[in-house]
Amino acid sequence: MFAALANPHRFLAFSRWAAPILAVVATGLIAWGVWLGLNVPPDYQQGETVKIMFIHVPAAWTSMLAYACLGGSSFISLVFRHALADAAAKACAPLGAAFTGMSLVTGSLWGRPMWGAWWVWGDARLVSVLVLFLLFLGYLALRASIDDEAKGARAAEILALVGLINLPIIKFSVDWWNTLHQGDSIMRAGGSALAPVYMTPLLLAGAGFSAAFGAMWLVRIRAEIWRRRANSLALQAALA
Amino acid sequence: MSVVGVLVRREMSLAWARGGGALLAVGFFAAATVMLPLALGPAPARLAAVSGGVTWVVLALASLLSLDRMFERDFDDGALDLLALGPLPLEVVATIKCLAQWTVSGAPLALAAPIVAVALGAKPAAAPMIFVAAGLGGLAFAFLGGTGAALALASRRGGVLIAVVVLPLLTPPVIFGGVAIENYTSGLPWLTPLCLLAGYALGAVALTPFAMAGACRNAQS
Repeated sequence: MFAALANPHRFLAFSRWAAPILAVVATGLIAWGVWLGLNVPPDYQQGETVKIMFIHVPAAWTSMLAYACLGGSSFISLVFRHALADAAAKACAPLGAAFTGMSLVTGSLWGRPMWGAWWVWGDARLVSVLVLFLLFLGYLALRASIDDEAKGARAAEILALVGLINLPIIKFSVDWWNTLHQGDSIMRAGGSALAPVYMTPLLLAGAGFSAAFGAMWLVRIRAEIWRRRANSLALQAALA
Repeated sequence: MSVVGVLVRREMSLAWARGGGALLAVGFFAAATVMLPLALGPAPARLAAVSGGVTWVVLALASLLSLDRMFERDFDDGALDLLALGPLPLEVVATIKCLAQWTVSGAPLALAAPIVAVALGAKPAAAPMIFVAAGLGGLAFAFLGGTGAALALASRRGGVLIAVVVLPLLTPPVIFGGVAIENYTSGLPWLTPLCLLAGYALGAVALTPFAMAGACRNAQS
């Protein structure tokens, strides 16, 4: 399937209908999940703020999905030197940064009433998501500061792969660091033992966010392909 | 004389000759730590509590200083092209460059770090630990910093770009080293964090040369 889609023409034909379908699916799932989420009974500990979870956790999941997509596209682009994979990586990074930012902001909004602070360094997840955000920013900064498009693409790919190797180590180091310093924060009441009434909207919203990411990603890849075509046409016209 | 020997001598003399060499890094390190009591107030208890961690953070920042000249000078005057054509693969060239960078920034900073930490109020008994951690951490900083420097070659923006790209990657060594120093001072087990730091540094030494060589070839193409 991926081999077939590597052809830009086929990709454009595929994404032409795949992107809107994904967008409709995403809208439906998010609306459904958020609707259920808004009507859950208040949590015995967190009260009404538990509803933030249905935006926050899907955004965090999607941010990790986005970095995996960025790393995967970069790898394919680096090994097979395929232009479409590079377009995919380029299109993915701002989306990933946006989802990561969304997860940080919603987490902060949740933390204020629950922890009494906008930010708690004692929570490992906050810190590793913040580092993920910084990795996205570094990728975008590197890409933006290189004028030559081909060179910028290759440099960004190398950085994305270095980050991909480093990311599990960062996650491990932050978790490990946190277990040494624990005590400041009130840890969330068991994430795994989530009642179905909370789990269902969470999974719906999670699937919806992933689909929304997919739809936006496809649209951005399409835009990138068209932009490159317009550039090469302008170049041809200038030379003619 | 072997090719590697010639290259090591060249890189060493370049690293030490370039703009003040070790003096620059140590000077920045000392000046930045002087700002700290000025900003936090002179209370010894407060300074002693943060001395290890602050030394470690300033160390990471100081190791960023001369990164932008690591590859850029050779790239500008064409020496990097000659090195790429030469008998040694660029991976080895990059490794030697990073080791030279370590001798000019990591090693002198490792000597200066215990002095600065003790001056801030750390226990003198912690000095050997700070020295070892700073030496190992400097190795990781040099190789990850070299990766950032090689990636930034294509952009000609150097400095700040390297810092933005590299600093998030430095999270693990900063954590491991900071905890090692902290635990050693307070009598907790310190061998695990030190081993993790050493492992991370050696992993960086083993893997980043490939990224650096790829980035150099990309900038040259």
